[in-house]
Amino acid sequence: MSIIMTLRIALKALNRNKLRTTLTMLGMIIGVGAVITMVALGRGAQATIEEQVKSAGTNTININAGNFTQGGVRQGQGMSSSLTAEDATALRQVPGVQYVAAGVNSRGQVIAGNQNWSTQVQGTDVDMQQIKNWPTKYGNFFTAQDVNSAAKVAVLGTVVAEMLFGPDTDPTGEIIRVRNQPFKVIGVMTSKGQSAFGQDQDDTIFTPYTTVQKKLQGIQHINNITVSAETPDTAPVAAAISEALRLRHKLAPGDPDDFTVRTQEEIASLRTETTRTMTVLLAAIAGVSLVVGGIGIMNIMLVSVTERTREIGLRMAIGARGSDVLLQFLVEAIVISLFGGLIGIGLGFALSLGIERFAQWPTSIPADWIAVAFGVAAATGVFFGFYPARKAARLDPIEALRFE
Amino acid sequence: MPVISVRNIVKTYTVGEVTVRALRGADLDIDAGEFVAITGPSGSGKSTLMHILGCLDRPTSGQYFLDGVDVSRMSKDQLAMVRNKKIGFVFQGFNLLSRTTALDNVELPLLYNGGSKMKSVERHRRAMEALKIVGLGDRFHHFPNQLSGGQQQRVAIARSLITEPSIILADEPTGNLDTRTSIEVMDIFQRLNRERGITIVLITHEMDIAEHGTRFIRFRDGKIQVDQKISKRRDAAAELAALPPPEDEPEPPKGDPAASDHGGVA
Repeated sequence: MSIIMTLRIALKALNRNKLRTTLTMLGMIIGVGAVITMVALGRGAQATIEEQVKSAGTNTININAGNFTQGGVRQGQGMSSSLTAEDATALRQVPGVQYVAAGVNSRGQVIAGNQNWSTQVQGTDVDMQQIKNWPTKYGNFFTAQDVNSAAKVAVLGTVVAEMLFGPDTDPTGEIIRVRNQPFKVIGVMTSKGQSAFGQDQDDTIFTPYTTVQKKLQGIQHINNITVSAETPDTAPVAAAISEALRLRHKLAPGDPDDFTVRTQEEIASLRTETTRTMTVLLAAIAGVSLVVGGIGIMNIMLVSVTERTREIGLRMAIGARGSDVLLQFLVEAIVISLFGGLIGIGLGFALSLGIERFAQWPTSIPADWIAVAFGVAAATGVFFGFYPARKAARLDPIEALRFE
Repeated sequence: MPVISVRNIVKTYTVGEVTVRALRGADLDIDAGEFVAITGPSGSGKSTLMHILGCLDRPTSGQYFLDGVDVSRMSKDQLAMVRNKKIGFVFQGFNLLSRTTALDNVELPLLYNGGSKMKSVERHRRAMEALKIVGLGDRFHHFPNQLSGGQQQRVAIARSLITEPSIILADEPTGNLDTRTSIEVMDIFQRLNRERGITIVLITHEMDIAEHGTRFIRFRDGKIQVDQKISKRRDAAAELAALPPPEDEPEPPKGDPAASDHGGVA
């Protein structure tokens, strides 16, 4: 008997019991729909991270003083005094390096009028604005002149500006106090949101690094250097930077680095990996419902075989071979699972779009997973349909015809 | 040459620990064009013989030649093919597919017609023709639950005809029918037998039904006890003419499958 004929017989049989067919399909619909939605959410989250990494500047390389892989008495990253402003200046000569900003970090209570806020004080260089590709909302970033003169000027992140002066107020020209020293506000950055580390990049103030060194901390060294490479291919530049710094610090071959070089890519890949694991986990949980749907199909097919025993007996009496009966029931199961799978894919699409629209969560519907879900649906039909179908095919026609 | 030839056929099977000797060496020849009525008490082996004749079962020993071919040792798939091409079945319980039109029910055997690529138009044409032969030319698209018992049995007869078999095996076809409908069904069998030369083997409990045949066989204890020509054969057409015209037949029930699905296959 031809496949088309088998398909037609199966469709007629399913059509005879529409409600049951639909309910059985529901298992597959929910299973496939859940897998697609979960993966779409996961992929959406990954895309967001990639977006964040891009906003942080894909070309960025961070150099921190100290080396936390170093043996002996370990010092926290950035706590060592091994980096100097001269190191930063020297890195400008390294091929492939475009922008360089020395950095000294501090924390402190920032006060304006009767408002105060504890925040991060980032001493940095003028290049920071180019490296992070970060425009100001009000006023301007500080200048090379300010850096040279260690001027007490501050550029506020939006969070700090809001906390001290209220939202949508231009505080340019106001005076704030940082560790009891007056700083003049010369600008406010635009909002940048979370970094790839989940840190609020807007909860900070920027001042020249020289100001932090001399006026706030009284130190000669710097904590870190942020470099921007000319191209996103940062690995060779990072290697060249290491080489240059080792030379400047007169480290013998075999000596460990007294600094740590990290590319943005390395930082980002860690979080992307985490999200991917999460996606797989969610998809696996959704996959359980797919299996449950498959068991539902097997359950109904078994009931159906028992219920249609006399039909099977009759079909055999008029010339159906065991293989014809097997194929008929198998095709019925596959039709249920494939149709259910198709509708499930549609449901997954609808849910993903709904979540994106109403919950504002980014989603990305993955083409490869649609193929996977469809394939799994078909395989489920074959796997869970085979046992009932074989049971039907092995019936004895005489017994089957007598069945009440 | 006889169309059915059974030689010393034995069938034993075990139910639990009891061995049942259903057939204990029966010999039987049926010529083409005969109308054989088989009777016998329950457990006499007539049903077992029917299953073997219908190629639904294989004998424990002995031989069965159908159209000169020994089918007693054929494989299951070969037997399925033989059933499809050479044998038509009519059952007591009709065994029609429910929620399936008369036309589709009649077409069913053609779907298993050994991979022959018959066009659906051709299948339809043949199914319509078969339904017309049994007098249901106006019931093509009715579902079994919209037909009376007699009409359902006629659909089943049309189904048995569609592959143009040489034998029709009827297992108590009038068991679920009233007297008049029974005679109507016997009329159809007699016409098929007379006009088309189809060999008919009929199992029945009722003597008056058996007397519509040309030959009478009684089974007892797995053997043939009586085998004789029927001298005064009943003519169903004449009987029908003699009966009072049918009282207004109550409308066959419509649409409620639960109430009227007797004999239908779920």
